[in-house]
Amino acid sequence: MTSSPIIVRIKKKRITELLSNGKRLDGREPTEYRKIQLESGVIERAEGSARVRLGKTEVMVGVKIGTGAPFADVPNKGVLTVNAELVPLASPDFEPGPPGENAVELARVVDRGIRESKAIDLEKLCVEPGKNVFIVFIDVYILNHDGNLIDASALAALAALLNTKMFKYTIEDGEIVKKPGYTPLPVINYPISVTFAKIGDKLVMDTGLDEEQVMDARLTMALNKDGNICAIQKGGGSGYFTQEEISEAAKIALKKTEELRKLVVKG
Amino acid sequence: MPVFYEKKQLVAPGDLLAEGDYVPGDSTYKENGKIYASRLGLVDYDGRRVQVVALKAFYIPAPGDTIIGKVVETTPGGWVIDIKAPHLARLRASDVVERSFKPETTDLPSIFDVGDLIIARVVAYDRTRDPLLTVREPGLGKITRGRLIEVTPTKIPRVIGRKGSMVSMIKRETGCQLTLGQNGLVLVSGKSPENERLAVMALHKIEEESHTSGLTDRVTEMIKKERKAVESN
Repeated sequence: MTSSPIIVRIKKKRITELLSNGKRLDGREPTEYRKIQLESGVIERAEGSARVRLGKTEVMVGVKIGTGAPFADVPNKGVLTVNAELVPLASPDFEPGPPGENAVELARVVDRGIRESKAIDLEKLCVEPGKNVFIVFIDVYILNHDGNLIDASALAALAALLNTKMFKYTIEDGEIVKKPGYTPLPVINYPISVTFAKIGDKLVMDTGLDEEQVMDARLTMALNKDGNICAIQKGGGSGYFTQEEISEAAKIALKKTEELRKLVVKG
Repeated sequence: MPVFYEKKQLVAPGDLLAEGDYVPGDSTYKENGKIYASRLGLVDYDGRRVQVVALKAFYIPAPGDTIIGKVVETTPGGWVIDIKAPHLARLRASDVVERSFKPETTDLPSIFDVGDLIIARVVAYDRTRDPLLTVREPGLGKITRGRLIEVTPTKIPRVIGRKGSMVSMIKRETGCQLTLGQNGLVLVSGKSPENERLAVMALHKIEEESHTSGLTDRVTEMIKKERKAVESN
């Protein structure tokens, strides 16, 4: 019944009923994640790549390194850009065509986590201030949609960045010329995003598609490696979070992001 | 009159299945006396009938099918129902309300509202008009509780099993009521969420392994094992 946006009433009733007893449809705890599978370096031709499976949700991220002019206000910094694609085969709700609201939001939330935690040392990506810098393109492809795209995408994006190799180069006549050999991308922080859904008055993590359809609101927090919150996004409809709920979410997020970070960052 | 595959072999669209005096069944087509597969699935020869049980397929309504549908719209004359088929189905108000039905006075949303689930039977469908449903038989009507599971419509016969062996086994082992819609929707309702979860696990296992033999025994075993694991906790 995923093909039309109308929510089945008894489904909503059942999910809220179960949650009030601290249970979920698939038997998980409210803050328990589905099985996470992570593979790095899955795309040979990309500088960096990763695929994350979160239950049936599947996300592929590719990183490309290009060159170009920096933004005028930060002439000595490289450029980071994130794009997300909701491919139609991932869900009956996804249509081909220019990115919609959801794809743009997804890309921006992933972007914000990486940018605000200063995960990439962008100053090291500067070749010639004001003229030539490296551009990091992060492309997020949703291969299958079964809920919680944000966490899966952010996780895959970080894994892909850690997997990214920069080509060596020399400058000849102001132009960048590739040389054989690679250096790792200067990744200096490891942001992890976790998303909470509010269903009734309960906080739920790693929502499945069913739960996402009935949630009242959604809150995403990105935490850097020191456990500081560096980005927050509230979405998912007209619902709200109380101050207590947000503090509670922050506490859970601190624990969860540590667990998740161990999966991506080895050693 | 040769056939080119063994029963339950995997075939792809365009594969030549049989030549000569055979009748094309589901997911097949006949051309110049030869029968080809039109979907990816498992071939089945039943006497002169050749058919393919598709691994995944949309539901095509057929008169007489019991289905589970979702109300997506109320109109002055009745309801529009999503039955997971290529077309939306219609349920006429006169089918539910008694003779005195007047569109201007009868409050249709109070009977079925958008978002409600109903069990209905297909009464007519001929590919030129939308399928027509009825709820005027015992056991049909609004669903008030339970959990909805989706399986591929072509797998529903496997969920039922030979003479209903599979479905009655799941009912017995999990203590849940199962309502099967031919359109691939299954309603599970049991005494506890734990029982329902077992039944759902069984359904997913059947869907994944429907092409293998001895499945009923393996599903029984899985339910028993899972139940033990839950009880020992």
